[in-house]
Amino acid sequence: MTADPQLIMGDPGGTGRFGDFGGRFVPETLIPACAELEAAFRAAWADAEFRKELADLLHDYAGRPSRLYDAKRLSEELGCRLLLKREDLNHTGSHKINNVLGQALLARRMGKHRVIAETGAGQHGVASATAAALLGLECVVYMGEVDMVRQSLNVFRMRLLGAEVRPATSGSGTLKDAINEAMRDWVATVETSHYLLGSVMGPHPYPWMVRELHRVIGDEAREQCRALTGGDPDVVTACVGGGSNAIGLFSGFADLPAVELVGVEPAGGAAVGHGVPGIVHGSKSFLLQDEHGQVVEAESISAGLDYPGIGPEHAHLSATGRARYEQVTDAEVIEAFQVLARTEGIIAALESAHALAWVLRARDQMAGKVVLLNLSGRGDKDVAQVADILGRTAGA
Amino acid sequence: MPEHGPLETHLRARRETGHKLLVPYVTGGLGKDWPDVVSAYAAAGADAIEIGIPFSDPVMDGPTIQEASEVALAAGANLTDILHALKGADAGVPLVVMTYVNLVFHAGWERFASEAVAAGVRGLILPDLPMEELDVWAPVGEAAGIETVLLASPLTPDDRLATLCDRSRGFVYGVNLLGVTGERTSLADTSTVLARRLKVTTDRPVIMGFGISSPDLARDATADADGVVVASALMRMRLDGAGPEELGAFVAELRAGLDRHR
Repeated sequence: MTADPQLIMGDPGGTGRFGDFGGRFVPETLIPACAELEAAFRAAWADAEFRKELADLLHDYAGRPSRLYDAKRLSEELGCRLLLKREDLNHTGSHKINNVLGQALLARRMGKHRVIAETGAGQHGVASATAAALLGLECVVYMGEVDMVRQSLNVFRMRLLGAEVRPATSGSGTLKDAINEAMRDWVATVETSHYLLGSVMGPHPYPWMVRELHRVIGDEAREQCRALTGGDPDVVTACVGGGSNAIGLFSGFADLPAVELVGVEPAGGAAVGHGVPGIVHGSKSFLLQDEHGQVVEAESISAGLDYPGIGPEHAHLSATGRARYEQVTDAEVIEAFQVLARTEGIIAALESAHALAWVLRARDQMAGKVVLLNLSGRGDKDVAQVADILGRTAGA
Repeated sequence: MPEHGPLETHLRARRETGHKLLVPYVTGGLGKDWPDVVSAYAAAGADAIEIGIPFSDPVMDGPTIQEASEVALAAGANLTDILHALKGADAGVPLVVMTYVNLVFHAGWERFASEAVAAGVRGLILPDLPMEELDVWAPVGEAAGIETVLLASPLTPDDRLATLCDRSRGFVYGVNLLGVTGERTSLADTSTVLARRLKVTTDRPVIMGFGISSPDLARDATADADGVVVASALMRMRLDGAGPEELGAFVAELRAGLDRHR
């Protein structure tokens, strides 16, 4: 089925549907809050003053626009023209700042002085704690206890920024469990708290609202690519866990049918590759589950992609064929991580290295093409983990 | 066609006698003898029994039901086996399944409906299937004769509450508080307010749940409401080793607490 670009990546309407996916599958207690949030976002997004306040913060505080970098040495090696959208250079080191500044401003506008967030790798948690500090909001971050060990430095960063980090001890102690705990907190505190969800998932309006807040990535990249190359890229690619950086980038190119959109999932957490439709955390999408419908743990080297589901709009983009989704292994990711460091002097987040791992593997098909890759985050947080893995390999 | 389904007809008839309704809960698959818990509840004076089908990500549940779910799942509990086991549990009162929407969706709406009906299930509670999304399931449930119980929250606005009561079947489940399931030592202020709002909105049975942990709280919660669901307090006992007899005895105490209204 060929996608109609006019219908792709538009407003999902009051029911929050992306084709067959999305929706608002939440307990009754959260229904009024979701409705209030949708109304507040629609009003704010149409309010020039709100848009200006956000744009100013993105510019002055976060450092936008992020650069589009012509990675010439690596391009030469690959035989294509690789352009890197440098979201890793944003304040807090990833694309996550776009969403949190928007939602934190919205929380303040709604009169909510406490924000709840979940985090996997810690990037969204750090970004949330940052935005909360900036706007004087109370911030509680839920993080799986396993992730708290994997990313202990980010736990300290969040605390330094004044946030309270609470461990999620149930289940696998990773991102999905942190989301469960955040939702339980929200059910109890919904009158005074805003759930600052970190990806394009959850109940309507989150998948749409978070996409709109990350649209700046794609809008900038489209203009920058035209300025740099005189045209549009052939391929646009990004890593996908929940899928926020990919959605943000894709949204700038979805209406250009000639531009191929490729999301890259970890092989151990490939909701599109190995999942089937399911309903969890507020929306219907692809989901890793067992034969009985129990959610299965994702297994990835990257805590930020360790999620068994995917944003509902990605499920729709996949179902309509507008985007395709590839899977890469942990070993390919480690290789890509090192290649980028050696050829371009950039240490990328392991999440972002997934997208590059796919480009490296598909280099034959990329020959002569312009490939625009979202370098969604920087890799400082992952260096210790990679040192550990490489040390082990070398010693073996 | 009767005006109400078998579950609601049964609960209304019990209410008619001036009796407060008691709906105890058990996590399906929690201990091999869990079907005996169902029988023990019935013998101790339950008016209907809620059977939980454990889910990996129970966002409306607090620590006790989370733990009960994890233990049951680790022991291999699943929807098909639980429904199958219910066929043998001779309760004599209506059985209501409580689970999360993904398990029903994954099983297939029609397949779930036919397996549930074959197991003698009369009602279904899905806390993450609000009115907005109800139509994905309601026609199938209705056709199969399963009464889908909707949950009302203290935050549900008046106009929505009326629609919700209208669309609910079997009874209306009033959520006592803002928060998840779990034992509490006192009744939330929001409970009384919601129970009163529900009672002036609907003549369907109004049954309150979340945090009803003792006979006294059960009695307090039914000053206006028609009945209570008790779950975490029972499952805490179960996790601490209680068998069907001890759980039945606690249900009898809850029954006595409710009967003090008479």
